[in-house]
Amino acid sequence: MAVDPLDDYIDASSKALALPVEEAWKPAVRANLEVSLKLARLVDEFALPDEAEPASVYTA
Amino acid sequence: MTTNSATPSASGIANAVATRKLSAQDAIDAALARIKRHDQVLNCFTDVTADRARAKARAIDAAIAAGNGAGPLAGVPFAVKNLFDVRGLATRAGSKINRDLMPAKRDAALIERMEAAGAVLVGALNMGEYAYDFTGENVHDGASRNPHDPTRMTGGSSGGSGGAVGGGLVPIALGSDTNGSIRVPSSFCGIFGLKPTYGRLSRARSFPFVFSLDHLGPFARSAGDLALAYDAMQGSDSDDAACTARPIEPVTPSLSQDIGNLRIAIAGGYFQKNVFPEAVEAVARVAKALGAARIVEIPEAARARAAAYVITTTEGASLHLDRLRKRPNDFDPAVRDRLLAGAMIPAPLVDRAQKFRRWYRAQVLELFRTVDVIIAPATPCVAPKLGQVNFVLDGVEMPVRANIGIHTQPISFIGLPVVAVPVPLEPMPIGVQIIAAPWREDIALRVAHALERSGVVAAPQPRGL
Repeated sequence: MAVDPLDDYIDASSKALALPVEEAWKPAVRANLEVSLKLARLVDEFALPDEAEPASVYTA
Repeated sequence: MTTNSATPSASGIANAVATRKLSAQDAIDAALARIKRHDQVLNCFTDVTADRARAKARAIDAAIAAGNGAGPLAGVPFAVKNLFDVRGLATRAGSKINRDLMPAKRDAALIERMEAAGAVLVGALNMGEYAYDFTGENVHDGASRNPHDPTRMTGGSSGGSGGAVGGGLVPIALGSDTNGSIRVPSSFCGIFGLKPTYGRLSRARSFPFVFSLDHLGPFARSAGDLALAYDAMQGSDSDDAACTARPIEPVTPSLSQDIGNLRIAIAGGYFQKNVFPEAVEAVARVAKALGAARIVEIPEAARARAAAYVITTTEGASLHLDRLRKRPNDFDPAVRDRLLAGAMIPAPLVDRAQKFRRWYRAQVLELFRTVDVIIAPATPCVAPKLGQVNFVLDGVEMPVRANIGIHTQPISFIGLPVVAVPVPLEPMPIGVQIIAAPWREDIALRVAHALERSGVVAAPQPRGL
């Protein structure tokens, strides 16, 4: 069975962040990540002008 | 279920204590007795601070006997979600891990302000782990249970706050709301809850969840009690970077003002989808009582909910990153797995969510040029059964946890003030959101008060308590 790219991503990012993700946790982490990415895509698809400022604007 | 509440109100206790018809000590002893009697079932309290409460009550009685003025909340018992610092307790925030923290040396700012007004802290309340929850269930402390049906959820994450006020154990509780955690338990437990404007009330010395979305606020059994508590807690605080420097704007004096001049509309589109008949009925009753027929579309509400979700999961992951590394097995596994996934969301997607947030805020503020109040469901359904995983809506099976907060998230995302009002449907109550423009808590509370006087909304007294 081919390895899903999202599983590879979970392995790589957990290593990069030094986060322990045990095998038994992976299905739930993956399910949560799928939901989060799906919702993030909904935001990503919304066209904003280059000048759009984030809600959190730093004030010196 | 009856709406003829047998639970003493905060204003009633304060008046009786101030006029020496009731001692603060008797008021507190009565509250402690209610907690002892009912909390074995409701499981709302994780700590009861009886000694401290009795000492404070004695001091109040002595001050009144000496002719010193009583505060507006004299002798009123209240309790706080256990993410508020309580002097002498470790601030557990619903977790196992935080129990290892040193006991807090100082109370949270809002506890200090409530007690300065004469209120008396009687304990700390159960909550979903680290506030990442809409159910009120907790793997470490057990679920808080709904006072109207203990087999059902209180809602979360301020589950103990909802259950304690809904069950009449205390007239006022404090909680937090990041995505709906005051409004959801208010809805499920049949009480009033105020999520103020973002930045209005100090969060100093409370355990955070999502800095850019966290709010603190009160629960009560009437709009008047909600206003009393809110007024006692207002004021700037340099210990919370987001806390406003605006002057205090008391709402109690204007609570009974006529609302006939207000432009009130019903949220359409997104807010009329994915709702059970009870939520439709509750909004219809409130709209009819207010004479509201206009429907307004809050633009891009689904995307706003999505952006709130992304910011929540990533900021939450950032907060807990080190605990995820060092003590992953001490988390509730469901919370841990959500946070681990949140840590893996690429940064540009979070940045885009924050940019969208500013755009969305501008659109909604524009809408408030033509309307003063928007009403919307607080939850899509009445309280689900404890442990319930899915519900079926229009023939489609949907996960409970992910959908409880769909109507609250797009509102708190831009920090609008909301009063959740209880519609006493049978057999279970359900809430409606009364949403106002930023800093107009006064308007939302006036509308809640008017609805209460009309009899359409009320905090029902649970059967059997």
